Amino acid sequence: MLNLLHYPFMQNAIITGSIVAVLAAVVGYFIVARSLTFAAHAIPNIGFAGAAGAVLAGILPVYGFFAFAFTAAVGIGIIGTRARERDIVVAVLMSFGLGLGFLFLSLYSGYAQRVYGILFGSILGISVQNVLVTGVAAAIALVLLLTIYRPLLFCTVDPQAAAARGLPVAILSVLFLALASLAISLSAQMMGALLVFTLLVGPAATANRLTRRPGRTILLAAFLGLVYVWVGIGAAALSGRLPVSFMVSALAFAVYLPVRLLASPGPGRRLSGSRKPGRERSSDIAINRRVLTTEAEECSIC
Amino acid sequence: MAVLEESGQVVSLDKVSVHLGKRLIQSSMSFSIEEGEFLAVLGPNGAGKTTLLRLLLGLIQPSSGNISLFGHPPRRGNRQIGYVPQFRDWDAGIAIRARDVVRLGLDGHRWGPGLPSKKREAVIDEVLEEVGALDLAEASLGELSGGEQQRVLIAQALLTHPRLLLLDEPLASLDLAREAEIVGLVARLRETRKTAVLLVTHDVNPMLAEIDGVLFMANGRCAKGPTAEVITSRALSELYGSPVEVVGALGKLFVVGAPV
Repeated sequence: MLNLLHYPFMQNAIITGSIVAVLAAVVGYFIVARSLTFAAHAIPNIGFAGAAGAVLAGILPVYGFFAFAFTAAVGIGIIGTRARERDIVVAVLMSFGLGLGFLFLSLYSGYAQRVYGILFGSILGISVQNVLVTGVAAAIALVLLLTIYRPLLFCTVDPQAAAARGLPVAILSVLFLALASLAISLSAQMMGALLVFTLLVGPAATANRLTRRPGRTILLAAFLGLVYVWVGIGAAALSGRLPVSFMVSALAFAVYLPVRLLASPGPGRRLSGSRKPGRERSSDIAINRRVLTTEAEECSIC
Repeated sequence: MAVLEESGQVVSLDKVSVHLGKRLIQSSMSFSIEEGEFLAVLGPNGAGKTTLLRLLLGLIQPSSGNISLFGHPPRRGNRQIGYVPQFRDWDAGIAIRARDVVRLGLDGHRWGPGLPSKKREAVIDEVLEEVGALDLAEASLGELSGGEQQRVLIAQALLTHPRLLLLDEPLASLDLAREAEIVGLVARLRETRKTAVLLVTHDVNPMLAEIDGVLFMANGRCAKGPTAEVITSRALSELYGSPVEVVGALGKLFVVGAPV
């Protein structure tokens, strides 16, 4: 195992993988909290078309990937301000992106392994250039995310109160999606367009169930992401057969499932058993209202 | 302590009309609200209750007329207003504690991630205690009931020491006991903090004993005054432009013949 670390491709893979695992944790927390998981699934599928186009044009695939993912993310941010409408916009964009990607692939007559790598990721294809691009871009994204951290959290929890406080809710929403598209593009180099989703949502969704502080959730997600990526790269390199993106998605699934089944959102629920959770209460209310309305018969209650 | 305006008026509207798109919501609202005044805002859906709050918050502009808030026109980000929007369902599973939500009222508009601060936590504890929610501080938002969420959001709104509190349907989806608790809390805050309160509701009965009056909006118009003067058969028939009967029974008021 340690011998493998002497290979430059392994070093590149581990550095890139570690950087994107940390960035994906910050972005992942907000993706889960803002219910953007479908968008986070669609953006890399659209990015795939860009990467395929870049291969066709003979430039670094990550640039094409980012150009398409960024455009899609900003489009989703501007058009899809309401959750239901957003899903429709996302679905239409995603299917177009996949179609376009297939077109570019049909036109490309080169080395099939390259295309395969875009879709499912690879630890072999990560060059020194990739490492540099990833490092610089991730640093910029992290600084921006930390800068907008509190306003973004405010807009996520309570957009109306945030707007009343004077925050640019719509701009922050688009900016976040743009930063998410950058994180997705960087992660997709190793994870592939189809499985990058797992690194963004898997660790964050698991951490979300284990802690209830935003900061700790992000730190735990980063820790989980790093472990998944390191184990994934190690297994891929040692076996020579297991793809790294498969390993990460399998680990993310294997950890999420028991956590989801055993832990409630936010652990250590309050000790006082006297207060019921909100859901049960709202059914009580419905009954109360019904009783009142029947009592008042024709009268509407003032 | 802020310098009080001479009149003691917190809000005054002079012939304010407002459109949403092309639809006229209210044509000529004129009324004023005094310091510490507790008003219930009533009326059918679409009458402009939330729109009025958005006008005061500076989120939308009137099509004509003048609004004065503490002697100035409304503007976004006015820290003299505390605002609790309509209930939202947070069950989506966002990992955040009640304490973190309250904190957003203090520094949610500031850039950067913010550093830990004992002083800030003490301020948050204090305001949570004031609304009777100190025991909820560490609970996550998703596991709070509707009434508990309202308390936490009111605490968040209080952190800027507002002189006007805007509560948009804080009683929606609460049972009767929880309704009474929230009304009692608001009445107490108005007493101790001298904060004027506009509370949007569909049911004035839980707060009849506490409010100074009502603002009744319907049919593109509004009427403001003491409850006994506004919620009468004559006054409401005039407002709606059709016969409306107010029936008093069991110490409660029922409006018959009009959507409320």
